[in-house]
Amino acid sequence: MIDMEETKKPGKTETTSKTGSKILLDTLLANEVTVCWGYPGGAILPFYDEVYHSRIEHILVRHEQGAAFAAEGYARATGKLGVAVSTSGPGATNLLTGIADAKMDSIPVLFITGQVATKDIGTDAFQEADTYGMSIPITKYNALVKNVDEVARTTKEAITVAMAGRQGPVLIDMPKDVQAASSSNVHYHYDDLRIPDIHYKKAGLSGDVKKLIDVINKSKRPLFYIGGGVISSETSALLLKLAEKAKIPVTSTLMGLGAFPGEHDLFLGMLGMHGTAYANKAVMECDLIVALGARFDDRVALNVSEFASQAIRAQVDIDNAEIGKRVDVDVHIAGDLTDVLELLFAGLEEVKESLWADHIKELKIKNPLKFNLVKDQIKPQYFIHKLSERTSGNALIVTDVGQHQMWASQYYAINKPRNWLTSGGLGSMGFGLPAAIGAKYGRPDDDVILITGDGSIQMNIQELATAKMYNIPVKILLFHNGFLGMVRQWQELFYGERFSHSTLQNFNPDFCKIADAYGIISRKISHPDEIDGGIDFLLNTKDVCLLEVMIPETEKVYPMIAAGHRYEDMIEFETTSEVGDLFSVVPHKHRVKQVSK
Amino acid sequence: MKHILSVLVNNSSGVLSHVASLFTRRGYNIESLCVAETHQNERSIITLVVDEDDKMVSQIERQLYKLVDVIKIEDLTDHPSIERELVLATIQLERSKREEILSLVDVFQARIVDMSGMAIMIELIAEPRKIRSFIKIIAEYGIIKIARSGSIALPCFSADE
Repeated sequence: MIDMEETKKPGKTETTSKTGSKILLDTLLANEVTVCWGYPGGAILPFYDEVYHSRIEHILVRHEQGAAFAAEGYARATGKLGVAVSTSGPGATNLLTGIADAKMDSIPVLFITGQVATKDIGTDAFQEADTYGMSIPITKYNALVKNVDEVARTTKEAITVAMAGRQGPVLIDMPKDVQAASSSNVHYHYDDLRIPDIHYKKAGLSGDVKKLIDVINKSKRPLFYIGGGVISSETSALLLKLAEKAKIPVTSTLMGLGAFPGEHDLFLGMLGMHGTAYANKAVMECDLIVALGARFDDRVALNVSEFASQAIRAQVDIDNAEIGKRVDVDVHIAGDLTDVLELLFAGLEEVKESLWADHIKELKIKNPLKFNLVKDQIKPQYFIHKLSERTSGNALIVTDVGQHQMWASQYYAINKPRNWLTSGGLGSMGFGLPAAIGAKYGRPDDDVILITGDGSIQMNIQELATAKMYNIPVKILLFHNGFLGMVRQWQELFYGERFSHSTLQNFNPDFCKIADAYGIISRKISHPDEIDGGIDFLLNTKDVCLLEVMIPETEKVYPMIAAGHRYEDMIEFETTSEVGDLFSVVPHKHRVKQVSK
Repeated sequence: MKHILSVLVNNSSGVLSHVASLFTRRGYNIESLCVAETHQNERSIITLVVDEDDKMVSQIERQLYKLVDVIKIEDLTDHPSIERELVLATIQLERSKREEILSLVDVFQARIVDMSGMAIMIELIAEPRKIRSFIKIIAEYGIIKIARSGSIALPCFSADE
């Protein structure tokens, strides 16, 4: 969180005046921002002139959307504020997808956009767009700064709102003349902010903690359903202690993966549309489900009235507006997870033996993830399973959006928080490569592996140049099936196999040649015998590298619950229709260490 | 069910856009929206009339509180309160209907604010229900132009005593 006292009162000691751009940059530095991602242009030139002299590092991306996703990747991987910069008009509109993405997943990113000079606003000037208006529904806070004396306060407010409570994106739109003008209002203190203090004071608790403790203690089959809130509140360790003390199994949303150790006996993996069968069965069998920093979204509570309807439903969220938004809950607490989990830890009875926890272990063994191994074909599930084993679930995994994303969420058992970065709420293809670059920049000592597809990577493939230019060695695992795989899967299952505009086959570029053109080392594999060598190549290459893995287009993501359906309607993998050997695996269980003879 | 929300906000240039955008974005229905400065220059009151069930209105309130310019929200629906709306209507003035119209103005305690040989402008400040029935009745005489303010409301202090 932000140090409440680090900025001085205006006029107390500072008498020198600075340009609006410098005030903005210095406010960022005072708030521990060290890097920004951006792309210059006409209306942001005065700002870039100050960047030239600033201690803040600036990374030049190749498309503003890349800047937005890179800043997000950095923020997701480090927990710090991400910063992305663009010019007015097209620069700002190119940021929008990333802003909406950060809003959906509650990621703290400050977007700084140039704007035409104040006298030209509203005249349809060159590269003018209503950035302020366009960003209203996708930011927590946004401002068009028309007076240079307001820059310091606005920046302070923006950073504060981005990091406080339920985190999210904020935007400052700076007209070119305001960037260049000077002001002596260079610092702001919290007392001078205009926003109500609920936006920066620590969230209080409202709701019934005692009742929650009571229903958990009385429950025979309790289940924690965790989301991204556990990661942003940094409460993973506390949650682990709590779950182990009370022997409560844990299932997670896509956003919550990593918040609980992937290979823990109490962990069930992801629930919902493409959740594991054992997680979904646990949801159907539990008598109490406690949502922790999760929002009962339509990929989890697919059918609002039927979701865990046999159970008592409880919800803890820092955002009061999430309580009961889609699904009615019986017990609810609005507040910071840290406070709630500490109270729960103190109040919950220790459980030594739990039939329910034993049953969960059995559920996993009886309902493993399944697919067919076919001679001469690399199955993406198998590849990811091997990758998970080889890296002991400890790599920092970034994904794009589609089938590969779901296979990664199922078969890679993420063990640590902030080691799983994915575009969850918005589902933005093109997120992966720039987000991986941002993550690797922020966590240089970790192995950062991007898992992507031939559709997604082409949405921001230009960022290979950014990775190369700044030598940010991300490892790219590209599954190539010549299709928009998830679209194809839905078309096969629900649209009578009419594959309308979902193939890229024959017109995909040679990805290794593209990598080569950017000076990036690459390798392509297509036979199962090459899997180990491929993983070696990925893990041992010190520079940016790309491994292209050819996979069959017919492969589907299972289990699956169709949109709006009940958990009872879950479609599981059937082996009869395909040739091959059934492969079953439970990634989410304590792995017995293999002793080599 | 109809709810009246009285929302105290910072008087910033974007606050109306933010509130309107929230309603569009989340699909809430606004029946009327009225905004004006308070006695403090930096504060405005937005009076919103929404036709949604209690659960949805509670959701609307909580979403509104997330806007940084929103300071306080009061739901006046269940609290004794005074609600008023202003309508200005210009209607045709036929010589033969003149007495009828004037007595209508009297009955509704409305006021005549402009008059010519051809037309008459009437002002009425009243509860929205009364405004609606007034409009229905004067429509028979031929409304030339009409403007309504939307509701404003305040809770009654006398009810707390």
